[in-house]
Amino acid sequence: MNNLIILPILIPLITGVVLIFFTKNIMAQRWISAISGLITIIVSFMLASQVYQNGIQTMDLSNWEAPYGITLVSDMLSALLVLTTSIIAFAALIYSFKSIGESRERFFYYPVVNFLIVGVNGAFTTGDIFNLFVFFEVMLMSSYVLLVLGGTKIQLRESIKYILVNVISSALFVIAVAYLYSVVGTLNMAHISVRLSEVGSAGIITVLAVLFLIVFGLKGAIFPLYFWLPGSYYAPPAPVMALFGALLTKVGVYSITRTYTLFFYHDAGYTHQLLQILAVLTIIAGVIGAIAYTDVKKIVIYNIIVAVGVILFGVSVLTPESLTGSVFYLIHDMNIKATLFLLIGIIIAITGTSDLNKISGLINRYPALGWTFFIAALALAGIPPLSGFAGKIMIVRAGFENESYIGAFVVLMSSLLVLFSIMKIFISGFWGTPRAYKDEDEVPVKWLLIAPAVLTVFAVLYGFGTEAIYPVISAAAETLANPEIYINAVLKE
Amino acid sequence: MKTNDIILQTVTKFTLFVIILFSIHLFFAGHYYPGGGFVGGLMTSGAIVLLLLAFDIKTVKSILPIDYIKMVAVGLLFAIGTGAGALFFDMPFLTHAYTYVDLPLLGKTSLHTAVLFDTGVFLVVIGVTMTIIQTIGESE
Repeated sequence: MNNLIILPILIPLITGVVLIFFTKNIMAQRWISAISGLITIIVSFMLASQVYQNGIQTMDLSNWEAPYGITLVSDMLSALLVLTTSIIAFAALIYSFKSIGESRERFFYYPVVNFLIVGVNGAFTTGDIFNLFVFFEVMLMSSYVLLVLGGTKIQLRESIKYILVNVISSALFVIAVAYLYSVVGTLNMAHISVRLSEVGSAGIITVLAVLFLIVFGLKGAIFPLYFWLPGSYYAPPAPVMALFGALLTKVGVYSITRTYTLFFYHDAGYTHQLLQILAVLTIIAGVIGAIAYTDVKKIVIYNIIVAVGVILFGVSVLTPESLTGSVFYLIHDMNIKATLFLLIGIIIAITGTSDLNKISGLINRYPALGWTFFIAALALAGIPPLSGFAGKIMIVRAGFENESYIGAFVVLMSSLLVLFSIMKIFISGFWGTPRAYKDEDEVPVKWLLIAPAVLTVFAVLYGFGTEAIYPVISAAAETLANPEIYINAVLKE
Repeated sequence: MKTNDIILQTVTKFTLFVIILFSIHLFFAGHYYPGGGFVGGLMTSGAIVLLLLAFDIKTVKSILPIDYIKMVAVGLLFAIGTGAGALFFDMPFLTHAYTYVDLPLLGKTSLHTAVLFDTGVFLVVIGVTMTIIQTIGESE
C-alpha cells in the first residue's frame, strides 16, 4: 500500500474542482494551477524515484485486494510517463498565461486542463482495463472542451469530426472489454494476463488483440486510423495543441504497448507481425504528410504520426532492446513534440500565419527563438548528442537483429525525411530576407519562450545523460519484457 | 395569445413535493434497495424541470437561487473529500468506514461514509442536468 501513487491524479483533480469556484478571478486561477502543477511534478518525481528504488508500487483502492478492487499500478514505465506528463502540462500552463487569451481563461480553461491531466495520469497509472476506459473518457471529454473552447468556425467543424471518431472508438473499446470479460471473467490487468495464458492461443484471443489494436490505434493515430488527426489538431491554439500532441496520442501508444506486452504475447507471429506492418505504414504515411505540406502546424502534426510509428515498431519487435528503445523514444517524443508545438505557436503569434511561404527572416529579430527551434529540430530528427538518438538507434539495431530489415530501414530513412521536413521550417522561416509583420511588437516573445526553452534544455540533457538515464529506462523495459514481474507485484503471489 | 396554465401550475405545486420525497427515498434506499445518488439526483432535477415547464426560468431562479455549476463543484468536493479522507487514516484512497448508531427515532441505523460519496454524486447529477437545461433554455 502506497498512497503516493494516487497523488499525481488527485492533486490535479482537486485543483480542477477548486478552480471552478474562481472562474472570474483569472489571477487566482493562474496562481493556483501553477502551484499545483509544481507540486504534481515534485510528487511524480518522488513516485518515480520510489519505484526505481523499491520496484513496482501498487495500491488497492478502497482496500479491496487485487483482483477484486481497482488496483493502481506504478511500474517504472508509468511512473516515468506520469513525470513527463506533469512537466509538459506545467510548461503548457506557463505558456498559456500570456497566450491563451482572457475570453478562454474565463470559461473554465484551467479547470479543464487540470481534468485532462487527471485523465492522462490516471490512464498511465491504472491496473484495471475498465478503469483505463474511464480515464480515457475523462481525458477525451476534457479534450473535446479544449478543442471547441473559443468557438471559432474551424474549431467547431473539427470538434464534430473528433468527437464522432472518439465516440465510435470508445464504443468499440467497451465492446472489446466486454468480449475480453466474457473470455477471462476478470478486469484486473494482471489477472487478465494470468487467465489468458491459461487459455493459451485460442483464436478468440487473436481477435481480441486485433480489436484492441483498432481501438487504441484510433486513439493513438496509427495507419490507417489516423485520418482524423491532422484536421483536429490543426484547430486549437498552440498550448492546447502542445498538450494534445504530446499527451493524447501517447496514451493510445502506451495502451497498445501495455496490452501487447502484458496480454497478447502468445500468438506474436500474427499479432505482432500485424502491428509491425501497420507501424511501418504509419511511419511512411506520416513522412509523406510531413514533407508534403508547407504549413508549419501540419508539418509538426504529421511528425506525431511518424513518431507513433517508430515507437510501435519498437514494441512489435518485442525484444528487451527494442522495448528499451521504444520507452526511450516515447519519453523523448512527448517532450520534443510539446516543445515544437509551443515554438511554432510563437512563430504563428509573431507572423499571424502558419503558411511557410509567408514567413521569412525571423532569425534577425528573434535569434533566441531561432536557435531554440534549431536545437529542438535536431533533437527531433535524432542527431547524436541530442535526445532522439539513443531510442532510435536501439530500435533500429533491434530491428536488424530481429531480421525486420524493411522496418528498420524505414525507421532510418524516416529520420532523414523528418529532418528535411523540420529544417524546411527553419531554413525558409528563419533565414532569408526579414519581413515586417502586423502586431508583432505586442507578442510577449520572451515570456512565451521560457517554457519551450526549458523543455529544449531537457531534451539536450536527456540526450547527453543517456548513460545516467539508461538504468531507469531499462528497468521500465524489463517489466514490459517480463510480464511476470508485473503480475507478481499486483497479485502478490 | 397568453395561455392560462392554472391547472398545470396547481398540479405542479402538489406533485413537486411527492417527486422530491420519492427522490430522497431513492437516494437513502440506495445501499439496500435499487436506487442511489444517480437516480435520486436525476429525479430531483426532474422535479425542477417540471417547475421550469409550469413556470418560466426567471421565476424558478427566484425560487431556487442556486448556481448549478458551483453545485457540481461542491458535489465533486464531497466525493473527492470522502475518498481523500481515507488518506489521513493511512488507508488506501476511497476506503470507507461505517458504524452502527442508535438514533432516537429510527432505531439501530448504520452510518456509512459511502452516503457522503453518494451525496456528491447526487449534487453533481442535479448540477449537470440543470446546467445543461438552463443553458440551452436561455440561449437564443
